[in-house]
Amino acid sequence: MNTLLKLSWVELKLFIREPITMIFTFALPLISLFVLSEVFGTTPQTEGGEIAFRGVAPTDYYISAYVGLVIAAVGLISLPVHLSSYKEKGVLRRFRASSISVKNLLSSQVIVTFIITLICVIILFIAAKLAYDVTMPNSPGLLILAFIPSVLCFAAIGVLLGALLPTARAAQGVGLLLFFVMFFLGGSGPPFDVMSPTLQTVGDFTPMKWAVIAMQDVWLVGFGWNWTAFGVVIGIMVGAWILAIRLFRWD
Amino acid sequence: MNNIIEVNNLRKTYGEVVAVDEVSFNVKEGEIFGLLGPNGAGKTTTVECLQGLRQSFTGDVRVLGLNPHDEAQDIRRQIGSQLQESALPDRIKVWEALDLFASLTPNGLDWEALLEQWGLTEKRSASFSSLSGGQRQRLFIALALVNDPKIVFLDEMTQGLDPAARHVAWDLIRAIRDKGKTVVMVTHFMDEAETLCDRLAIVDHGTIIATDTPQGLINTYASKINVLFSTDQSDISYLEQITEVEKVTKHGSRVEVKGTGAVLAVVAHSLVEHGITPSDLRVEQPSLEDVFLNLTSGAPKTKVTA
Ligand SMILES: Nc1ncnc2c1ncn2[C@@H]1O[C@H](COP(=O)(O)OP(=O)(O)O)[C@@H](O)[C@H]1O
Ligand SMILES: [Mg+2]
Repeated sequence: MNTLLKLSWVELKLFIREPITMIFTFALPLISLFVLSEVFGTTPQTEGGEIAFRGVAPTDYYISAYVGLVIAAVGLISLPVHLSSYKEKGVLRRFRASSISVKNLLSSQVIVTFIITLICVIILFIAAKLAYDVTMPNSPGLLILAFIPSVLCFAAIGVLLGALLPTARAAQGVGLLLFFVMFFLGGSGPPFDVMSPTLQTVGDFTPMKWAVIAMQDVWLVGFGWNWTAFGVVIGIMVGAWILAIRLFRWD
Repeated sequence: MNNIIEVNNLRKTYGEVVAVDEVSFNVKEGEIFGLLGPNGAGKTTTVECLQGLRQSFTGDVRVLGLNPHDEAQDIRRQIGSQLQESALPDRIKVWEALDLFASLTPNGLDWEALLEQWGLTEKRSASFSSLSGGQRQRLFIALALVNDPKIVFLDEMTQGLDPAARHVAWDLIRAIRDKGKTVVMVTHFMDEAETLCDRLAIVDHGTIIATDTPQGLINTYASKINVLFSTDQSDISYLEQITEVEKVTKHGSRVEVKGTGAVLAVVAHSLVEHGITPSDLRVEQPSLEDVFLNLTSGAPKTKVTA
């Protein structure tokens, strides 16, 4: 336990000392929030007569999408790059030789992921509240219930990518690609209701979309707990963890 | 003394390449045991198999009575390890690394003392990436000791250290042995093996070709002593009559006498008898290097299965 806490604490400090990941996880969602909010404004809109942004203010629509974006940035970029570079440089060999267990290593990554994501989300929400007076979550309890598996799901995907990709460079390439696909098609770019059917279908295959919907539905009024989205997130989470643990290698 | 490590017929292959080929040796508790050999001989593979860091080797290996295949974690908790190739996170600070690794065992040492011993006090808050090669190496050795291990594995520990730091490191390693710990060290430096090891195995092409104390190896495999001096006297053939002398070579006024045992004393005596009192008479004792050259055939090769 002592080791896990120490390792998590060190890993947290290391995360904060890494400028590139800090930019992606902290700055990018904030910048996106301001840019898209300035473009679409704070009043409900229609798109060619159709309802856009699920009938709510774009800023209220985007706030939960950006929570998803933060989760995806940590899981798809920081975590795989971090693990792959550890593997590439021989840090994992060093850890293993000093009897750090897979369990402690991966648990520390999950703990750090949770803390970082939570801090980012809180900063993002405060900024959105101050700048655009976004609505408070409708059911905070259910939001947390949707948030936790979403983070765990992307942490698993991150560990899986880190396990599969041999170098930090490879992890960065693949991670960025997946991140931008999910950014544009997973709900934090154009809203689902204005996407072409093809793009919507592609979006259906992104875990981000389901995480965003699960959180959005309980953040906004009038949608309620979405079992489908929750189930998809849980399914991907379980599958990704099984694969990640099975495929994890120290070198 | 007990065998703290027992290795019987260890074999590890990478595809066609036999990295370690049926190697057997024992390490006694409390000794400094060395594996000496050229690059590619299989030394690193051997010690990493013992630490459970490499999978799918064959042979019977016991470290502290444990099997590295399925009790690796138990072994690793009780040993310290400085790997030939490994790293720490770029931005971790020296003290953070020591503190983290010390927390891995309940009886972790006082790492402040290790900082001091290994000359890292000023680098306490420096990040790993800012350390020089020698400083990194010293940090890795300190990390290998921080869990108060029963056995310390050191793989090319003085790589990257300057001569002064090497001697400091040797003294510290002896001090570790004197505290009752066992040290297994891998090196390709002859002088390091000769001064430091209580016993050593010479490894070449994946096999051990000799195991003994450094002096024992020298006595067995390189007993020839060279006596060197200069003289203007042209006929020194009487030296060849001496029992201890095997060969006399003359290059101008420089003479080299190769022999065994008390060759120096008898040659000196004979020279004085014949009116020669060379002022540059000196003797070259055989070293591990001679053993090595006699036993191995020079450049490292990679063994391939037929
Ligand atoms: N992970 C590996 N994959 C493939 N070949 C390896 C690997 N590790 C070692 N070898 C091969 O095994 C042989 C012994 O290597 P090594 O144990 O590192 O030697 P040493 O430490 O004595 O220099 C070399 O031929 C090397 O190329
Ligand atoms: Mg080696």
